[in-house]
Amino acid sequence: MSNDFFSMRGIVKQYDMGGEISTILKGIDLDIEEGQFLSVLGPSGSGKSTLMNIIGCLDTPTSGTYMLHGRMIRDLDQKQLARIRSREIGFIFQQFQLLPRLDALKNVELPLVYAGVPPRERTRRAEEMLVRVGLQDRMHHHQNQLSGGQQQRVAIARALATNPTLLLADEPTGALDQRTGEQVMELFQELNAEGRTIIMITHDLKIARHGTRIVNILDGELSEGVSAYD
Amino acid sequence: MIKRKWDMFMESVSMSVSNIVGSKMRSFLTTLGIIIGVAAIIALMTVVQGATDTMNAQFDAMGLGTLRIQINGTAIKRGLTDAELAELEACEHVAAVSPSLNTTVSASRGEAWSDAISVNGNDAVYFEHNADLLARGRAIHAIDVEQELRVCLVDGGTSKTLFYGEDPVGQTLYLDGREYTVVGTIDEDEDASLFSQILFGGSTDGTVYVPYTSAKKLMGTSTVSTLEVYVTDPDLTDTAIEEMETVLDGLFNYKDNTYTIINMESMTDAMNLMTSMMMSLLVGIASIALVVGGIGIMNMMLVTVTERTTEIGLRKALGAEPGQIQMQFLIEAIILSLLGGVIGVIVGLTVSYLICLNTDITFSFNTFAVVLGVSFSAAVGIIFGWAPARKASNLNPIDALRSM
Repeated sequence: MSNDFFSMRGIVKQYDMGGEISTILKGIDLDIEEGQFLSVLGPSGSGKSTLMNIIGCLDTPTSGTYMLHGRMIRDLDQKQLARIRSREIGFIFQQFQLLPRLDALKNVELPLVYAGVPPRERTRRAEEMLVRVGLQDRMHHHQNQLSGGQQQRVAIARALATNPTLLLADEPTGALDQRTGEQVMELFQELNAEGRTIIMITHDLKIARHGTRIVNILDGELSEGVSAYD
Repeated sequence: MIKRKWDMFMESVSMSVSNIVGSKMRSFLTTLGIIIGVAAIIALMTVVQGATDTMNAQFDAMGLGTLRIQINGTAIKRGLTDAELAELEACEHVAAVSPSLNTTVSASRGEAWSDAISVNGNDAVYFEHNADLLARGRAIHAIDVEQELRVCLVDGGTSKTLFYGEDPVGQTLYLDGREYTVVGTIDEDEDASLFSQILFGGSTDGTVYVPYTSAKKLMGTSTVSTLEVYVTDPDLTDTAIEEMETVLDGLFNYKDNTYTIINMESMTDAMNLMTSMMMSLLVGIASIALVVGGIGIMNMMLVTVTERTTEIGLRKALGAEPGQIQMQFLIEAIILSLLGGVIGVIVGLTVSYLICLNTDITFSFNTFAVVLGVSFSAAVGIIFGWAPARKASNLNPIDALRSM
């Protein structure tokens, strides 16, 4: 079975480690329906970061096909890939990755700059997103004036700014304490309930359980469910 | 589309500025090379230009359209007689010929005495062309020359030596035992003619101006070997020189090296050529500082690219195209070096102004130097910023995000 929204077939990724070929992903098949909240569960070194980079169009597979929103990713050049990242994918990272010199609002505006949104419209949308994640009174705070949870919510607002098809989160709670992590997960579930498709990569089974579907990755191979992981 | 590009450009500029301002000390040290290079270029060009202008002004003051003829003569004919001078004066483009003699004599007046007084023998024409020379009294007139009158003008040095505390005008003095009447005094500042300074500066107690005919008597000679020639039209100086060469060649039987015609204008030209060559040389040396400064910028940008790998990765993840990343880093490099250029211009102008203030050189704002300095620094930014910007744009986002 294959669908136009998200379909991966036989994705293999190899790295040349000083003459020795190391295979990180060994033929991944993955289909995602629109509106799913997928948790990709795997320990470190399982290849989940590599998979995320390929999903996020930051990297291209050695072989295999990847279709996102009706487009074959391997046919696209750097510029087109940049456009896909800008319009289709919202990234959320473990370390938030806010730019320290910019305030919360400017950080959220950043993807809109690259999407070519005019300045006034940018500010309006960034404010709207910050309100959405509950930071209406933190708009002009800088990274060092925000708690970890607040920083991650700014990052989520940033990921939502261009209204992407897919939210891609890499260990979004990894740098947060348990309670704050739970709050972020609640926000994810709300977003998912609004119809947003989310792919979350984590090594934490408890966090993974917030998803509507869990796949397990181990040694570069993907399996449905959590059975292989304990 | 253009609007979008402009937005993107302004965004890059503001990001660059915030990055530069964010690390002030480092930015300053990075641009120091550019600052020094541009400041050196500006200061050198301004000061050399000022010095050239000042010297030119001095040469001009000495008389445009004035030639000086130095007769070397032959064993049997050492100089020119009055009749021969008249022959020169008869040349079509010669307005006037003014002979000048120079010797050193001993002078006395009562008890006061000096054995080193410089005597200049001139004629009325000379004083007409150098009207500023006269301070008080009267100049030497044509009648004085004709009658070989023993009248003289004295300068400050002579006054001090022989007429201490008295007004010399109307008094008498003895030059090598001959009595002369002082009819006027010489303005010290205007007497600073370059030649007499170079030839006699400081070696005598003072200078006395007498009619040249009278000076010939003092020197026991009947000929003149130095003269100044005033041409009718400064633009036709070369024609006048040719005419006089014909006359002089005839007088000296076409022998070589019997006379030299010194053209002030051609001296000015030669000097200008020399200073412009010196200026290119100095600017060339100063440009080395700019290249070194450029390497400094390149180094800083490479470090920045490495340091901001994560940021670059993030920007790419947020949808930045490689070209946009490259532009941002290039803009940052250009702003850095332009900043250095502007500071360099200010420092250079200040330094040259201070130099001019403490010397006789006149300060003049050299627009060309400023334009050159600023555009040089911008070019340095583009040339040395390009490679790091390219490196940034080619960074693999994965490598970048892995370092998080």
